[in-house]
Amino acid sequence: MSAIAEEIPLSERGPAPTRIVVSFGFWLFLLSDIVIFSALFAAYAVLAQRTAGGPTGAQIFDLKHVFLETCCLLVSSFTCGLCVLAMERRSHTMIHVWAAVTFVLGVSFISLELSEFIGMFSRGINPARSAFLSAFFGLVGTHGIHVTAGLCWLAVMMTQIATLGLRPKVAQRLVCFSLFWHALDLVWIGVFTIVYLGART
Amino acid sequence: MFGKLSLAAIPWNQPIPLITSAVIIVLLAAILGLVTYKGWWTYLWREWLTSTDHKRIGVMYVVLALVMLIRGFSDAIMMRSQLAVAAGTAAGYLPPEHYDQIFSAHGTIMIFFVAMTFVIGLMNFAVPLQLGVRDVAFPVLNSVSFWLTAAGVLLVNVSLVIGEFARTGWLVYPPLSEIAYSPGVGVDYYLWSLQISGLGTLLAGINFTTTILKLRAPGMSYSRMPIFCWTALASNLLIVAAFPILTATFAMLLLDRYLGFHFFTNEAGGNPMMYINLIWAWGHPEVYILILPAFGVFSEVIATFSGKPLFGHRSMVIATMAICMLSFMVWLHHFFTMGAGANVNAFFGIMTMIIAVPTGVKVFNWLFTLYWGEVRFTSPVYWSLGFMVTFVIGGMTGVLLAIPPADFVLHNSLFLVAHFHNVIIGGVVFGAMAGYTYWFPKAFGFTLDERLGKAAFWCWFIGFYLAFMPLYVLGLMGATRRMQHYSDTSWQPLMLVAFAGAIVILAGMSFTIAQLIYSIKTRERRRDTTGDPWNGRTLEWSTASPPPPWNFTVLPQVSGIDEFWRMKHAGKKLTSGAPPPSIHLPRSSSLGFLTAFCAVIFGFAAIWHIWWLAILGLLGAIALTLNHSWRLDTEVRVSAKEIAEFETRRKVKPG
Repeated sequence: MSAIAEEIPLSERGPAPTRIVVSFGFWLFLLSDIVIFSALFAAYAVLAQRTAGGPTGAQIFDLKHVFLETCCLLVSSFTCGLCVLAMERRSHTMIHVWAAVTFVLGVSFISLELSEFIGMFSRGINPARSAFLSAFFGLVGTHGIHVTAGLCWLAVMMTQIATLGLRPKVAQRLVCFSLFWHALDLVWIGVFTIVYLGART
Repeated sequence: MFGKLSLAAIPWNQPIPLITSAVIIVLLAAILGLVTYKGWWTYLWREWLTSTDHKRIGVMYVVLALVMLIRGFSDAIMMRSQLAVAAGTAAGYLPPEHYDQIFSAHGTIMIFFVAMTFVIGLMNFAVPLQLGVRDVAFPVLNSVSFWLTAAGVLLVNVSLVIGEFARTGWLVYPPLSEIAYSPGVGVDYYLWSLQISGLGTLLAGINFTTTILKLRAPGMSYSRMPIFCWTALASNLLIVAAFPILTATFAMLLLDRYLGFHFFTNEAGGNPMMYINLIWAWGHPEVYILILPAFGVFSEVIATFSGKPLFGHRSMVIATMAICMLSFMVWLHHFFTMGAGANVNAFFGIMTMIIAVPTGVKVFNWLFTLYWGEVRFTSPVYWSLGFMVTFVIGGMTGVLLAIPPADFVLHNSLFLVAHFHNVIIGGVVFGAMAGYTYWFPKAFGFTLDERLGKAAFWCWFIGFYLAFMPLYVLGLMGATRRMQHYSDTSWQPLMLVAFAGAIVILAGMSFTIAQLIYSIKTRERRRDTTGDPWNGRTLEWSTASPPPPWNFTVLPQVSGIDEFWRMKHAGKKLTSGAPPPSIHLPRSSSLGFLTAFCAVIFGFAAIWHIWWLAILGLLGAIALTLNHSWRLDTEVRVSAKEIAEFETRRKVKPG
């Protein structure tokens, strides 16, 4: 029976199981989110040189600071992956440990980003100053809001695991969260390369 | 406390919006009163407002679209009547600042809340049935999508009573839409209502793409999918790829308006042209989001009523997907005059002409399907034939406009207005009406009256030509779009003809309403007891009309295109095997309705800068979503007894 089932092409096997359907839908959502970022990247590319007599990127970016931010976020992506692996082993302790590490690293990233922004604001570097700064704060700020939303989501997931247990629905959501978190990493690599490193040349 | 909101926001000194809104409020109160008096609230709430059944949600989308069609058409008839009189020394009856709001609202409502809503409604109703499955991928999300669209509709209509609407045209081009030149709340109404409904549309796009790609009856490979599902797939892929651009663009404009950013301003290095590029990178795919499902409807209608399989199923699929791809490569033809340079314009001009090729393939496919077919001339076929003639003319004027030098002469003229109404009325509206008539018996179990349906068609068809052919001529004579008055009185005769055309279209809409009322009254003698009133070809006609909440008791097994038709003719039953011991269906959920309620509060508060209320609305929506995420009893079980009862009822029906 199973041998026959395998001969049926994938597209003819009838409705896919919920697990596949949910992941697929979430991938589509992520793609649409990436499209939002691509519009913001496009805006940044158009406006990057439009400094209106204000500061340029090279003058205001502190690459060491940003490197630290990047490290926090990239490592958090790694620990997030470990968290999902722990979930697959159904090891509750390790899920919580790795989730906590991910959360702390995420908070560090946001704190570093906020301190960068606050420092800029105190020097009169704000989005109203020039189109370049509008595009910069628009793009990097949107990423920051996504990370903040991700942190809230992670906190909710931990509460759900505590209250609902690791039922399939919850596990599925944790996998979706990790996809989201990795996608934000991907976007940040773009931000780091195009916005921060790009400003040096 | 109330931000920018005060009693002065109500247009006391403008009789037209004031009286209109008074009438609407009285009407709404009367409807709500009737519902309360008859004690329908529990039924409405349980069976419709909180329903997660794709068929019910589809019907609600279509109802919303039809209601908004009346609103959008009122705007149209005001514009046509103004231009019928405002020639030479006559000023007409609409002051410019009001006229500007009317054409902006007309475009916004017709595209986002009539065409989009109608098309999504038809997809909602028909796609899962055609795929032979029980529901969409995410039923609760589907309800959320619908209610977010309704929230956008509500906000746009609130602008009639409280405050004003945008005076900037339907795509709010900066710098005019920036805070410096549009300091009022009109543009904010536009932006927030479209952000909210746009989110709903995006979620619907994700939902339907997932449904079509991951949930199909056993055996239904991609090559066996009905054309309407293919066009729906293309349309939803475009939604997923294009609507985020709209969201991002509006977000940037909102940042400009609310927080002093300079994305699109004239000052500080902002670039208004970037807005126009971005908005059309969404806007051109949007045109195909609307028209592709309409093409799908025509394909189904023509194949069914010709009694033949669709000619060139595969080439139709390829043409659909080619249009889907190409639609992202032509956006610049909306602004050839911006000055991108001759080479860039030439590229986009040629791309635009290329996209006419797959469309031409489709037209020939439909013609060859009709050829030698035993065509039954029902009203859906009338709409389809009217479409083929009208759309080809509209397509050709489009190709004319695709030639940049011609566009330099014709852009921003009534020629352009005539062109896009030619394709949108002739394509999307005719398609929506064809789909509405075609699937109505499936949704409600009785057919619509044919005579009134044909009367509606003829009025729309003749009315369209009367209303828009003069605009082509006027455009060539130099009349521009969005003008409230003209001094050249030689234009007036044609303007009067166009006004007469609008009146004929009004008669067409009245016939549609009459058809609905008359058909409901005489429903007993127009019952569809077979589930297959048109001798259909696709799976939706294999189940009862209206279908049970679970659509199919046993999922059909598919082995080719037009499975239902082939089985009928082979004298075989479509499904075999015993009914399942029980079926699990998604439970109704108030999440969509309540979240949309919070979204309206948030949007309204953001428009009027009432920040505490905006935060409250946002927190409310988040709390509702979180609450929903803790629910475990998301499914209801339909027992074998209920299923068996339904099946017996279906069998013993007379006829």
